[in-house]
Amino acid sequence: MPKQIPLVEYLVLGDRPHLVAHECTTCGARFFDRRNACANDGGTEFRRVDIATEGELRTFTIVAFAAPGVPVPFVAGVIDCDGTSVRGNVINVEPDPEHVSTGMKLRLATYSLGEDDSGTEAIGFGFEPLP
Amino acid sequence: MPTDDIFILGITMTKFGKHPDLDTIDLASEAVMGALADGQVTMADIGVIAAGNLMGAGLGIGQALQKQVGQTGIPVYNVANACATGATALRTIVMALKAGECEAGLAVGVEKLAGAGLLAGGARKSDENAWSPHGRYGAVAAIDGRIGTDTMPGVFAQIGQEYGHKYGGTSFELFARISEKNHAHSTLNPLAAYTKSMTLEQIMGDLMIAYPNTRPMCSANCDGAAAAVLVTGEKLKTLSSEQQRRAVKVSASILTTDPWEEACQVLPNVNTLTRNAATQAYEQAGVGPEDLDLVELHDCFATAELVHYDNLMLCPEGGAVDFFESGAPFREGKTPVNVSGGLESKGHPIAATGIANVWEVCHHLRGEAGPRQIPDAKVGLAHVIGLGSACGVHILERSAA
Repeated sequence: MPKQIPLVEYLVLGDRPHLVAHECTTCGARFFDRRNACANDGGTEFRRVDIATEGELRTFTIVAFAAPGVPVPFVAGVIDCDGTSVRGNVINVEPDPEHVSTGMKLRLATYSLGEDDSGTEAIGFGFEPLP
Repeated sequence: MPTDDIFILGITMTKFGKHPDLDTIDLASEAVMGALADGQVTMADIGVIAAGNLMGAGLGIGQALQKQVGQTGIPVYNVANACATGATALRTIVMALKAGECEAGLAVGVEKLAGAGLLAGGARKSDENAWSPHGRYGAVAAIDGRIGTDTMPGVFAQIGQEYGHKYGGTSFELFARISEKNHAHSTLNPLAAYTKSMTLEQIMGDLMIAYPNTRPMCSANCDGAAAAVLVTGEKLKTLSSEQQRRAVKVSASILTTDPWEEACQVLPNVNTLTRNAATQAYEQAGVGPEDLDLVELHDCFATAELVHYDNLMLCPEGGAVDFFESGAPFREGKTPVNVSGGLESKGHPIAATGIANVWEVCHHLRGEAGPRQIPDAKVGLAHVIGLGSACGVHILERSAA
């Protein structure tokens, strides 16, 4: 099995791929990248927390026209993962309004972005409909 | 009139659209000369300038403008605040006048965007031949398109869809009908970039950009400028009765940013900061939403207009769809919204927008809006949102003089 690297640091690979966030230890606000102080309460201590891998689609768009080099169409959305909002694409679904709707139940899924010259495989994530 | 109030003495906007032969300095100068003439003053009367040109932020549009119309040595504040840049320039002048720094100031915004296409989400380069983490997320490849979208039509589509998920009643057709309204309104506005009405079928059948926003449901990139001369009430007292009669009172000038809320760093929350700005503005002006004779709000996309009916409290919370269905935001309705055609049809030369919408309101308050005049308009509101975010709200009132 080739060496793998996640698309972003907040994606943890392994047997149970999941997302992680920095959580303010005083108010519980969560951030996917680093913060010097919490944007909500100014707290300066954070702990790493796992984000639920299942959630509900709170909103979406189907991007049909994007910057050069970005394949379209794709479904971009916000997934409510047990109270934490996560930005991601809805994948493994037909990208049309008949197949995507707010409120649909989704789960985290990973996919390969391909291997680099040294054989390392980059792994991305999206959310797919629950079976 | 109370002398601690601030008034718009002169204001103008250029024709929005394509100006291939004019650069940003030409356009800004045209707006400034127009605003000075409208206020019957000259650069010699102006004590401070706030100038915005978002795409050229850093180049000093204010000083370039001075070289074109008058270098009097006064302070210039070059401002940038995304799509709220124009409102920020206006607000900067209001603050300077309220602080007693001078008696008259000039706010100007200009942009050249005709044919600009998508304004966010840069072209994706081909992936590198070695995956190595970059940036705040330690990303090994471009994120836009792989983890959601950075495109403005896509971001604002989600904002409208989120409202529909929360309150129900939205559909592709509903959003398209909002666009149909604004395109119809623009037929009466000779300064709009687009002045043709569009049928619902044309709008829904046009090029899909980011569902549910098709091309005519997106703000029109175009060239344009707008400028305003503001004076203190003390100064206005010394001017002619004609100037006093046409002066428009700035009853509220508010700028807010978004306070932290869950999800606001995942998908921009344009709701809370608009609601906060509106609340402060109504309080400052001593008027309520029911007093407004017209509203120019930031319909950067059809999906955005809907949520701002609610955010500006033109309807009860959750009632934006009913508000639209009632006919209220049409020019014949209870609270006409975007009678200029809005950003979707009048156009959105970014830094000009937050002054051009004030011009539209002033035009009606002065009774000078011709065929599109809202009869006997006394109070109006102008709103902009710059993603990131900044929200500007100005409430304007017809002069009592």
